[in-house]
Amino acid sequence: MLKFVSLLLALSFCQGLQHNNIDDYVEAEPVFEASKYGSLWPLPQKVQISEVSFKLTSSSFRIVDAKASSAGPSCSLLQSAYRRYYEYMFGSAKKQWWSKNNRRSDPSDLSELQVWITSPDSECDGYPSVTSDESYELTVNQPVAVLKAPKVWGALHGRIYTRFELNFCPPTLHLFQKSINAAIINDFPRFQHRGILLDSSRHFLPIKVILANLETMAMNKFNVFHWHIVDDQSFPYLSRTFPQLSEQGAYHPYTHVYTPADVKMVIEFARLRGIRVIPEFDTPGHTQSWGKGQKDLLTPCYSGSKPSGSFGPVNPILNTTYDFMAQFFTEISTVFPDGYVHLGGDEVDFTCWKSNPDIQKFMEQQHFGDDYRKLESFYIQKLLDIVTSTKKGYLIWQEVFDNGVKLKPDTVVHVWIGGGSDKEMSSVTAAGYTTILSAPWYLDYISYGQDWQKYYKVEPLNFEGTDEQKKLVIGGEACLWGEYVDATNLTPRLWPRASAVAERLWSAKDVTDIGDAFNRLSLHRCRMVERGIPAEPLFSSYCPHEYKGV
Amino acid sequence: MSVVTSGRYTFPSYNLVFFIFLQLGLHSVEGVWPLPQSITSSPERYPLNPQAFYFTYGSQSAAQEGCSVLDEAFKRYFSLIFPDYSSGYGFLRFSVDKPFTVQVSVGRDDCDSYPDEDSSEQYTLSVSAGQASLKAETVWGALRGLETFSQLVYQEDFGSYYVNKTEIKDFPRFQFRGILLDTSRHYLPVQAILKTLDAMAFSKFNVFHWHIVDDPSFPYQSRTFPDLSAKGAFHPMTHIYTQSDVGRVISFARMRGIRVLPEFDSPGHTQSWGKGKNSVKLPTSSQSDLLTPCYSGSSPSGTFGPVNPILPSTYKFMATLFKEVSSVFPDSYIHLGGDEVNFSCWKSNPDVRAFMLKMGFGADFTKLEAYYMENIVNITVALNRTSIVWQDVFDYHERIPKDTVLHIWKGLPASYAAELSAITKAGYRVLLAAPWYINHISYGQDWRNYYTVQPLNFSGTEEQKKLVIGGEVCMWGEYVDATNLTPRLWPRASAAAERLWSDEKQTSDVDKAFPRLQDFRCELLRRGIQAEPLFVGHCKHEYQGV
Repeated sequence: MLKFVSLLLALSFCQGLQHNNIDDYVEAEPVFEASKYGSLWPLPQKVQISEVSFKLTSSSFRIVDAKASSAGPSCSLLQSAYRRYYEYMFGSAKKQWWSKNNRRSDPSDLSELQVWITSPDSECDGYPSVTSDESYELTVNQPVAVLKAPKVWGALHGRIYTRFELNFCPPTLHLFQKSINAAIINDFPRFQHRGILLDSSRHFLPIKVILANLETMAMNKFNVFHWHIVDDQSFPYLSRTFPQLSEQGAYHPYTHVYTPADVKMVIEFARLRGIRVIPEFDTPGHTQSWGKGQKDLLTPCYSGSKPSGSFGPVNPILNTTYDFMAQFFTEISTVFPDGYVHLGGDEVDFTCWKSNPDIQKFMEQQHFGDDYRKLESFYIQKLLDIVTSTKKGYLIWQEVFDNGVKLKPDTVVHVWIGGGSDKEMSSVTAAGYTTILSAPWYLDYISYGQDWQKYYKVEPLNFEGTDEQKKLVIGGEACLWGEYVDATNLTPRLWPRASAVAERLWSAKDVTDIGDAFNRLSLHRCRMVERGIPAEPLFSSYCPHEYKGV
Repeated sequence: MSVVTSGRYTFPSYNLVFFIFLQLGLHSVEGVWPLPQSITSSPERYPLNPQAFYFTYGSQSAAQEGCSVLDEAFKRYFSLIFPDYSSGYGFLRFSVDKPFTVQVSVGRDDCDSYPDEDSSEQYTLSVSAGQASLKAETVWGALRGLETFSQLVYQEDFGSYYVNKTEIKDFPRFQFRGILLDTSRHYLPVQAILKTLDAMAFSKFNVFHWHIVDDPSFPYQSRTFPDLSAKGAFHPMTHIYTQSDVGRVISFARMRGIRVLPEFDSPGHTQSWGKGKNSVKLPTSSQSDLLTPCYSGSSPSGTFGPVNPILPSTYKFMATLFKEVSSVFPDSYIHLGGDEVNFSCWKSNPDVRAFMLKMGFGADFTKLEAYYMENIVNITVALNRTSIVWQDVFDYHERIPKDTVLHIWKGLPASYAAELSAITKAGYRVLLAAPWYINHISYGQDWRNYYTVQPLNFSGTEEQKKLVIGGEVCMWGEYVDATNLTPRLWPRASAAAERLWSDEKQTSDVDKAFPRLQDFRCELLRRGIQAEPLFVGHCKHEYQGV
């Protein structure tokens, strides 16, 4: 019975010990086989794994700071990561009482993992940024394993490997003992910006759900949480400067809002996992909920010569609009530490502007003719200037670029419109702007079957352009829009489908073997399940520890 | 919960929404899912105080205190009606509220029985000042009425509970309203099954079709053939259903008026059976050759096909297994499967071919399948059980007993309508699942498709239509396990529940159903069922898990 203890264990390199139901299971659909890379996900840039293995014993194994490391016990980011991963490796202290008494360290053990931050500034107390160094080097050998990284951000990624990915042979003598193969890993991300967009406006997402998904993002080496925090449907962000925005605009002014403390908690939780939090305050469209708490912010629509009582996009012709935006984004720039803010700018519907006589007059004055894109650009231009004055960079959806708004050189253009996104990538980069890709990764669109393969097969640099242009692609984001998603179904809908995107954005370009990916991803999803994340199955199969959260 | 909890963000305030519906007296009508056959309610409402709220048995009731089904239901529904009270917070009012009593009367004392195909589920419910009177023929009908009553109660923003004056006469349109769960492609922990049974009762489903074994795994731990799960389950210890697990599921279901219909699908879909029957010698039986060995050329290829229909040992094994199944599962129906049999392995096997010759089947392997199914059906007949088989069995024109139920699973409306027509014309009873393959997901509000199904919209006489005993929502397990089962099932299955319970004319407008289903979904959340959203919006009590 011992050999069935864990699928993760059984399916590593230990030949002949696979579970007998797996290896001879017949079906035309994907058949699981052990990958030579075990359950490593996303696949590191360089891996060498040896047949030699060492035992790991919870009672004696330690994760420690290397002597020469520039980060010590005062680096709480690393210390809490040590504890997190120790618990992932061995379970909580409660579960391991027996091994404490039963076993002492012996010479064939791997006794510790030394974490060595090599650069003088570990960045332990900083925030991750688009230029953060996430590389690391992991050497597993007796008697210690060494994890070397220039900065703490790389160490966080290396941490993840120590447990599972280096395959563990089924324990033969000792039920609760784990082992690890000798290995050398050299790793760094292919793209700097690897994000997940969650939409907390169409449905409110309780903080707990956001945190659980940040935790899962870290397991998948995602490093950007794009928080699409407000939209037409609701305004859950509790602004200190304009509290009436959420009082009037949230689904519920107390139970469906994010307080400053909530936001702070999310940001710190993310920082400890090397994840940036980029908030999106999308304007001038997608702002219906703003209008409830901020009088005169939205354009009054007209039907004939009278206001119809409904409202359109932000009113671009009033000075009060820009005063409001200046104050609002000043607050945002202090609440969110990241160097970038996402300003949206997508899907502006012009019909309301067209109906409004004051707007028409303004168009005439400004000599915009009938081109309402010019009015939109007028608004965006002013907004960008405001945000620039708060010392933030910005991301914008592709329409802003398409409409010819003048952008700062460090602007990131977010490509989202499916069909023709290659062409868009070409023209954005030809204009010299950095860009991130989301068009192929709208994960809210679901379909029957293994759609993760579709996400996996995307090649972000598959567009016409020079090498210089390709360098401007800094990454991508998987988007989970909220029309049909809330706390009830978000996590299983996102994982492991987003994991496919994670590997595309982290691993080398030539990591494209879909069969090998299936084998590793099956184990990776079981690992997420074992860590309490309800990641849905790829296909008929099982995990040694099924999800127990029902 | 009623409209107060609804997530229609377009309304300016909850109070206004509440006010509107209060004035129209619409709570109760809006609040019940699936819609009762007849309901009238008035704006007159009565406050309910958890400290002065009672369930009692009517003096004329055949069942009295000590009736396990109803005693348990009273406890359950008290907590469902007053969640704040039972979870220990919220307001406690020591006011002068008058007591409110729900008096339940049933015509028969069937407290210790199991629900079956003939069980009446009709009930009448009359809510007036200080009391509600719930009358039903059976305890199962009383359970449906209690569910309805619990949905009539609503809580205002300030915490007080109310119920409106209401008269309801209700009964199901179809007697068989099922949900299929597949525990072979992924193992579902017992907890996930129990949770589903709970949610089924909320939507008045009454049959749990347990597709318990299939190709990928055999999690049913057989008393007679323990090797089936020891070798055929994903894991012999952690991924099985022990006899006590099965017993727990059956009794949990009984308490909610739900039948448990087991399916042991053969002769196809049996790869996992072969592990316990082909690979090792069994001391307890001489048959070790349940599955057909496939040949490549003149020698066995090492792989196996469907159950081997030519060996007497096969039928001996099946008779023993089904004898056990009929003693473990009390329902008078057994699902025998019979779908998707691939003939290529049978064709490759020289012994099978010789048998075909001997029997005069020529090269028609459907005759061999028919021969097999006939034998299996006869085994269940001998066990005094009625068989349900997938439509494939009818399509192959097999001679099967007239009381067999055919289960339609294939195709688009046009083709299942034709099948409904053909099968009922031949005089068989039929169960419709084809439009409710809910494991097939797509973007958007696909519940609308499940809602707008018209099960009796096929050409046939009145007599033929009566042969449609109901429908079933199928959640096949290729892409579903405990991580995503609940949000994928609810509230999408609830759309089918209304189609199967309610009057079709009264529930033909899908747009009218939308806000009601939104409210019902919020109510499911409040009851701890992780039901996914239909569209943008919110619930007063959001799901608090991950």
